[in-house]
Amino acid sequence: MAPLEELTAAYEAARQDDSFQAELNQLLRDYVGRPTPLSFARRLTEHCRGARIYLKREDLLHTGAHKINNTIGQILLARSMGKRRIIAETGAGQHGVATATVCALFGLECLVYMGAEDMRRQALNVFRMQLLGAEVREVTSGSQTLKDAINEALRDWVTNVADTYYLLGSALGPHPYPLMVRDFQTVIGREARTQIISKENRLPDCLIACVGGGSNSIGLFHPFLADDSVRMIGVEAGGRGSELGQHAARFNSNGGGRPGVLQGTMSYVLQDERGQIATTHSISAGLDYPSIGPEHAFLHDEGRVEYTSVSDDEALNAFEMLSRLEGIIPALESSHAVAHAMKVAREMNDDQFMIVNLSGRGDKDVNTVRDVLKSS
Amino acid sequence: MSRITAAFANLKLQNHNGFIPFITAGDPDLQTTRDLIVELARIGSTLIELGVPFTDPMADGPVIQRASERALRHAFGIADVLQLVSEARKETDVPIILFSYFNPLLQWCQKPDRQRGPLTQVALPDGRASDTSPFDFEKLAREARQAGVDGVLVTDLVPEEAGEFAAVLKQHDLDTIFLIAPTSTDERLQLVAERASGFIYAVSRAGITGAREQMSAEAEKLVNRMRKFSDLPIAVGFGISTPEHVADVWRYADAAVVGSAIVSRIERCDDSQAIVPAVGAFASSLLST
Repeated sequence: MAPLEELTAAYEAARQDDSFQAELNQLLRDYVGRPTPLSFARRLTEHCRGARIYLKREDLLHTGAHKINNTIGQILLARSMGKRRIIAETGAGQHGVATATVCALFGLECLVYMGAEDMRRQALNVFRMQLLGAEVREVTSGSQTLKDAINEALRDWVTNVADTYYLLGSALGPHPYPLMVRDFQTVIGREARTQIISKENRLPDCLIACVGGGSNSIGLFHPFLADDSVRMIGVEAGGRGSELGQHAARFNSNGGGRPGVLQGTMSYVLQDERGQIATTHSISAGLDYPSIGPEHAFLHDEGRVEYTSVSDDEALNAFEMLSRLEGIIPALESSHAVAHAMKVAREMNDDQFMIVNLSGRGDKDVNTVRDVLKSS
Repeated sequence: MSRITAAFANLKLQNHNGFIPFITAGDPDLQTTRDLIVELARIGSTLIELGVPFTDPMADGPVIQRASERALRHAFGIADVLQLVSEARKETDVPIILFSYFNPLLQWCQKPDRQRGPLTQVALPDGRASDTSPFDFEKLAREARQAGVDGVLVTDLVPEEAGEFAAVLKQHDLDTIFLIAPTSTDERLQLVAERASGFIYAVSRAGITGAREQMSAEAEKLVNRMRKFSDLPIAVGFGISTPEHVADVWRYADAAVVGSAIVSRIERCDDSQAIVPAVGAFASSLLST
């Protein structure tokens, strides 16, 4: 608890500190590449024959995904706390790459924990992290995926807390992480709000984003929560089916998702009837996690945000559609949001419009997709 | 007086220090665990910590995580762990505490009609909105007590959130044991002093469970700090693996906890028949100084 209390105090101070916010904004502009465009997806809209679809282009950020919005913020915090050693967990490798990148930028030591299974699936990102000067440490315990990498990072942190900063990559884990990561990601929604109003002169009818831990979605949704006219949909990974172990849809109560406690947070957790944490499956490693950020659990129970899931096959289809219709190869994570957007757009009128968060680009996924398409 | 309090009082009368072994329930099977409890009691353990296996033991090192994995190969739940305790109770009065992560206990406490209740109506363990809680801590406390359990330590339930949980346990004469660490602030030690009963478990160093070559000097400072806030007995654990470590801890603490070093003796036995004598001999050797 002591490390969390220290972090909470440091973050509260940074939140109020104008010079911290000014440096963050300067880096977001000059290094990360903000603001990102809000692109009208003309051919995708024509294809669906319904609501106009806009894409928030987080795929155009440095390192290729929204993850760097958070790592750039937390690295400034780590520096202000005087921590020289940065540790992180990664699933697909995007957060690991974004962490290794900001550590290189600030000359800090970087160690990334990654499940052995994920290292095999995402070998290219392992090499990218190493190029950036980070050490990638293989995690062979448990299911050898993201949740085990988080366990290992937590163990390292409690052991080396004096000089070590744990740079957690999503809006989950114990307080203050869900709050802090959300705050750093709300730049997505704040920009999108301004951009859509300048294009359409009103708020959007609908927002759609994929939900793994939940950082890109909470970043888009949060600045619109008070706008009752804006419908919001979070899309989980439906994987290969609703049987426990075949998906990562935490809000699917028939699939083993129910309230529980994992890694310092109470939220919806995929588990068996004895409270043992389930393994998950998704074609996209970034959505492959048995729990979900606690703020999403709250928004789900309040009924403010709808949550649904799309299957591996639907996500793959969207991956191909967006590539061919818009010239944008999306991350498999973001492809889940695109897949559901195509369904929803068809049910809406052409005087309505929506924003889909394109949280990352798909370069990292081309090998996975090629293997799947070859074998099918 | 609880069985735990009596055990420590008895030690004090004899001017002895305590020895607390940890084993994981079901490692490698429930029958062996029952026999281990009886054997560890026989060689003079003050109290037994019985680990409830969990898929994600984030406060534990690799040795205890592997023990969980061995145990989880058998599909058993809290009911079976309690059954195991009541079996052991036929042969020994040694105090037994459950050492668990929160989720397996929480799910055992689910009310049947609230399997899928919304999370926002969930009672936080500090007692808010308890009437709408889908969790029934009474059931855990009542059935654990009936089985002969004496206390519960929940690794990932911090004292700030443990108010209702500890209160319900107390109503059923069960002790709630909390962990303190060298990084704990005085405010935190104070809170633990208010909510703990039975004894307090001081973690010898920042970090996770696992045997170490040397004990850190931090543990002694921590125990002395805690004494300012509480008169409860204090046990020291994490990293203790030799008779010298045990003797060193006994200089300043009421008891020494040994976990990973014992669990690795279990792991090394190819033949489950060999486990009970091997662990018994090793535990006796730790007490030999």
